Amino acid sequence: MKATDSDTGIGRGAPARLAVQADGVAGARETGAAAPALARRVPRVPPPRRAWISRRAGRTVIPWLFLAPALVFFAVFRFWPTVWGVYLSLYKVRPYLGNQWVGFGNFTRAFHDPDLRSAAEHSLIDAAASVAGSIVIGFCLALLLEGPARHLRVLRTAVFVPVVVSMVAVAELWNSLLFPGKYGAINSLLGDIGLGPAPFLSSPHSALATVIGVQVWKSAPYDMLIFVAGLAGIDQTLYEAAAIDGAGAFHRLKYVTLPALRPITTIVLTLGIIRGLRVFTEIYVLTNGGPAGSTQTLVPFDYAQATTNNDVGYASAISVLLLTTTILLTLLVWRWRARKDDA
Amino acid sequence: MAIVGSSATALGLRAPRMLTRGKAGKRVARLVAYVVVVAVFLLPLWSMVATALSSTQSQLGSMQLIPHGLTAGNLTTAWHFGIGRGLLNSVIMEVVGLTLQLTVSSLAAYALARKRFRGAALVTVAIMATMMMPDEVIAIPLYLIIGKIPQPFTGGTLLDSYGGLILPMVGWALPIYILTGFMKRIPMELEEAARVDGAGELRVFLRIILPLCRPALGTCAVFGFLMIWDQYLLPLLVVQTPSMDPLTVVVTSLQSSQELGDGVKLAAATILMVPSVLFYLGLQRYFERGVLSGSIKG
Repeated sequence: MKATDSDTGIGRGAPARLAVQADGVAGARETGAAAPALARRVPRVPPPRRAWISRRAGRTVIPWLFLAPALVFFAVFRFWPTVWGVYLSLYKVRPYLGNQWVGFGNFTRAFHDPDLRSAAEHSLIDAAASVAGSIVIGFCLALLLEGPARHLRVLRTAVFVPVVVSMVAVAELWNSLLFPGKYGAINSLLGDIGLGPAPFLSSPHSALATVIGVQVWKSAPYDMLIFVAGLAGIDQTLYEAAAIDGAGAFHRLKYVTLPALRPITTIVLTLGIIRGLRVFTEIYVLTNGGPAGSTQTLVPFDYAQATTNNDVGYASAISVLLLTTTILLTLLVWRWRARKDDA
Repeated sequence: MAIVGSSATALGLRAPRMLTRGKAGKRVARLVAYVVVVAVFLLPLWSMVATALSSTQSQLGSMQLIPHGLTAGNLTTAWHFGIGRGLLNSVIMEVVGLTLQLTVSSLAAYALARKRFRGAALVTVAIMATMMMPDEVIAIPLYLIIGKIPQPFTGGTLLDSYGGLILPMVGWALPIYILTGFMKRIPMELEEAARVDGAGELRVFLRIILPLCRPALGTCAVFGFLMIWDQYLLPLLVVQTPSMDPLTVVVTSLQSSQELGDGVKLAAATILMVPSVLFYLGLQRYFERGVLSGSIKG
C-alpha cells in the first residue's frame, strides 16, 4: 500500500494543492480539517525510500496495471480468435494431416455455395423483419405504456419479462405453444375464432415467419424501454404548442415525436442488426434450420460446417464473412444516420 | 387557457383535455389495450408454468392456463434427468464468471475513466470494437482457441472444463462501457481529498470509487447475469461431458428424449426461466437505468 502510495506521484502534488485550498477557501472549518492531514503528509513528501520505479514511471504504469486483466481477457478470447479465424479461413483444415494452404479458396467456395447463399438470404430476411417488427411494436408499446404513473410502471415491468427469459426457455415454450396439430395451444385459440390449424414451424412456407414472430415477441419490449426513455425526454410544451396550432394526434406524432426519437432509432437499429446476424439459439432449438432448410441462417450453418461437416477452414471463412458484414453494416448505419442528421 | 397544464402526463397522443370528448370511451379502449398487451407477453409464460405444474399430459401439444391437478411431478422428473446438475453448473458459471467479469471490468474502467495516459483512446476503441463481434459470430475460432489453451495441473486444454466455459465470458465491453461512463462523472475532488489523507491508488479505487459506483455495478450485474445465464452456443462447442453442461444445454437435451413429454420439458424450461426473472425483478431499477443510459448515449 505504502509503496503504491509514493509511486503515484500524488505525494508531490497534493500538499501544494492543499495549501492553495487552505489559503483560497479560508473557511475556518476546512483549514482545521486539512491541517492535520497536511501535518501527517509533509514528512513523506520526499519519499524516504526510493520505490522500485520512479514516480513518473509509476504514473504511466499504473493505468496499465489496472487495464492488464481486461486486456489479457480481450486479447485471448476476442482478438486472438478473430485473427486465428482469418488465418484458418485461408487453409483447408485437416486434423492430424496438417493444414493445407488454399488461399481464398474457402471464400470462392462460399460465394458459390447455394446453401450458404440461402442461409444468408434467410439471415437478412430474419434480421430485417425482426428488427423492423420489434421497432414498430416496441414503439407502439412505448406510446401505450409511457408515463410516470405507477400502474404504467407495473405494466412496463410485466411486458418486459420476455426479454430477460433465456432464449432457450422461450424457444421451448413456443415450440409447445405452436404445436401444429389441432390441439396445439395457439391453434386451438385460432380454432375458437374459426381459423383452421396453421402448420407454423412445420411447413417451409411459414417456418421462417414463425421464428421471426417469436423473436419479435422477445425483443419488442426491449425496444419499448428505449423508446419510453426517448419519449420521456421530449419537451411536453412542444405537444401543447402543436395542439394549440391545431395539430391532431397524427400530426403531433409525425412532427414532434418521430423527429425527436431519431437518434434513438439509430441505436435501436444498430443493436438490431448485430442481434439479427448473430441469431443461433432460436433457430437451433425451434427448427434446427428445417423444414427443408427453410430457416437455416448463417450462424447455425456455420456451426454445422464446423461440427457435422468437420470443415473448420470453411467455417472460419464464414465466420470472417459474418464478422465483416456485421462491422460494415454497423458502420453503414452510423454513417447514414450521421448524414441524415446533418441534412 | 384551459389547455395549458391540462396534460402534464401526456405523451402527445393523449390530447389536451379541452380537445377530448368521450373520455370514458377512450378509457375503456386503453384498458382493453392494457389487457391485450399483458396477455400477449405474459400469458404464454404463465401457461408454461401452469403446464409444468400439471399432473396429466392429456393431449400432445396442449397447454394449461390453470395447473391441472397441481403437482411437482414434472419438476422432480426433470430434476432427475440432469436439470439439478445443470443448475449447479450454471450457478458455478454465474458465481465465478460474474465475479471475474465485474472485477476485471471495474479495474479497466477505473483506468479509462480516471487516468490520462498515452494509448487510452486506442484501448477504448479496441474494447468497444468487440461489441461488433458477438460471441456467436466468432464462436468457431473461439472454440478452437479454447482447445489450444493449456489447463494448469491436468495437462489438458480448457476444452471440456469450467475454465473453458467461464473465462471467455470475463472480457465484455458492455460493463466496461457502463462503468467508464459512470466513473467519469464522479468528481475528482473526492479522490483528491482521499489522496491528501494518504490513500494509495488501490485504496482510492476500493474505498472511494467502487462504493460510489454501486448503481452502475448493479446494472452490470444484471446484464452480466443474463449474458452468462443464456450462454448456449459456446457450451455446445466446449463441453463434451454431459455432466458439465449448463442448464440451457440440459433443457434442450431433454427435448430430444421424446418419451418424457411436454410437461417435463416445460418444467425444465420453467426452472431455467425463474432465476433470471427473479434476478430481473430484484434488480429491476438498475436494469432499466442500464438499458436507458447504456444504450441512449451509445
